Amino acid sequence: MERGYSERIEITISSRFENIELVQVIAEHLCENAGVDEDGSHWIGMAVREAVANAIKHGNKLDVRKKVSATFVLDGAELEITISDEGEGFDPEKVSDPLNPQNLMKTSGRGIFYMKTFMDQVHYSFHPGGGTSLVMTKNLTKGSGIASNKA
Amino acid sequence: MKATTRTADGVEIITLQGKITIGSGDTQLREVITNVVNEGKNRILLDLSGVTTIDSSGIGELVGSYTTVTNRGGKLKLLHLPAKLNELLHVTQLITVFEVYEDEQEAIKSF
Repeated sequence: MERGYSERIEITISSRFENIELVQVIAEHLCENAGVDEDGSHWIGMAVREAVANAIKHGNKLDVRKKVSATFVLDGAELEITISDEGEGFDPEKVSDPLNPQNLMKTSGRGIFYMKTFMDQVHYSFHPGGGTSLVMTKNLTKGSGIASNKA
Repeated sequence: MKATTRTADGVEIITLQGKITIGSGDTQLREVITNVVNEGKNRILLDLSGVTTIDSSGIGELVGSYTTVTNRGGKLKLLHLPAKLNELLHVTQLITVFEVYEDEQEAIKSF
C-alpha cells in the first residue's frame, strides 16, 4: 500500500444496467492502483456493482432519465464510496436477512448482504427532497471480508 | 452469456460461459432452464467453469433454477465452480443447498 496515496473520482450514469460495469471497473482499477491485490479489488468492485444495481433498479426504478452518481474518495488506505440515486428510498430495517433459513431459497435480497460482507461499513441516508445515498467504507489494508480470508 | 447443451447418460449438461449478471445473463439462464424443463428433461448438470462474472441476481437465478427443477421432480447439480462463485455461495450458505462436483463422470453417476 502506497502511503499518502489520495484520489477522488466522480462519475454520473443514466439508469441502465449496461452502465453498471463502468462504475465497477473504476472501483477495481482505483483499488489496484492503490496496491490492493486482484481478489480484494474484485470484491470491492462487486460491492459497487450491487450498490449501483440497487440504485438503478430499486432507487430510480429503471427510469433512464434519472441518474446514479458514484464518488470514490481514497485517502491513504481509507476508501469511501458514495452511490446516490434519485429514488424515494426504503427502510433498511425491513430488508430481510438472506441467511435466515426461511429466506435461503429466495431469488433476491442478497445485494446488501454482499456489500456488507465485502466492505467495512455500509450506511444509507435519505434526502428530504428525494434521493438516497449509500456510503460504503473500506480500509484497504484489511482483508476482503469473505469467510476464507477472515482466518 | 452463452449456453450450450448436450446429453450424457440421460443427464442434460448445460455449459454456461460469460456473465450471469443483472439485466443480461440472469434472464437468459432462466430461459435456458425453463426450456430444458419444458422438454421433459429434469436431470440437469450446470457446468459453470466458463462463468466470468456473477452478481446477486445471477446467484438468485441459480437458486430459482434449482427450485424450478426440484418442483418438477428433478435434480439440478453444479459442476466446476469458479473460485469466486464458490465464495459467493459459501458466504450466503447456499453451498449447503447445491450438490457441487469437480469431476463430470462422478457428477453424471450421482443422478
